[in-house]
Amino acid sequence: MSIRVQTEDFEVGAELAAMRGDRAIGAIACFVGLVRDVNDGSAVAELTLEHYPGMTEKALEDIVSQAKERWDIMDVRVIHRVGTLHPTDQIVFVAVAGAHRGEAFAACEFVMDYLKTQAPFWKKEQTPGGERWVDARASDDAAAQRWHAHEAS
Amino acid sequence: MDSSDLEKGRARATTSQVTVLYFARLREALGRDAEDLALPADVRTAGALRDLLRNRGGVWETELAAAKPVRIAVNQSMANVNTAIGAGDEIAFFPPVTGG
Repeated sequence: MSIRVQTEDFEVGAELAAMRGDRAIGAIACFVGLVRDVNDGSAVAELTLEHYPGMTEKALEDIVSQAKERWDIMDVRVIHRVGTLHPTDQIVFVAVAGAHRGEAFAACEFVMDYLKTQAPFWKKEQTPGGERWVDARASDDAAAQRWHAHEAS
Repeated sequence: MDSSDLEKGRARATTSQVTVLYFARLREALGRDAEDLALPADVRTAGALRDLLRNRGGVWETELAAAKPVRIAVNQSMANVNTAIGAGDEIAFFPPVTGG
């Protein structure tokens, strides 16, 4: 397991290559989030990410632990950038390695859904109308909530 | 140091001093990112602390109003209004998170 919160960019190929040592791994599912140039109808020139040092790492570790309890997976890597970013920049990376693709895909999506609602990051956008804090989306809560529904069924 | 001094020392050590942190929109609106606070004896939950801060009035009343979607963490774990707080705890108030 590797969790990093950093201002620097990351190299997806290098991260995936670093996950390949274990011969039992048959699948790596990976998600990369990028900064868009439009959000809620406004042009976004720049994005600043604030976080809660200490809690951020703890929350991400907890999310990864939950994924490891739910699925038979071998390795998880999470990178989240903070600081100032621009459209097309990479912002988040989640990769999950497992024996088969089913677990890897599901766990990767689970980690992203939980990260969006549980990890203490906040985005502030620079738009033509000035600075604005991004509001949380109900659709993100719904995405995280559906994993609870799975649990109950 | 006689025994009464020791008693006083213990009393000081158990004074409910907590650290309160504010993030993002809340940090900007309240004009501060952290403060140390001595908890009154009747403030034992994160919700009671939010009420105490709201009673400062002005921007505190607006930003911490019951209708505002304020999230709370106690000792760096997501918490809620019923979460117990006490001496030495780190309590953070912030808006719903928007990472990813």
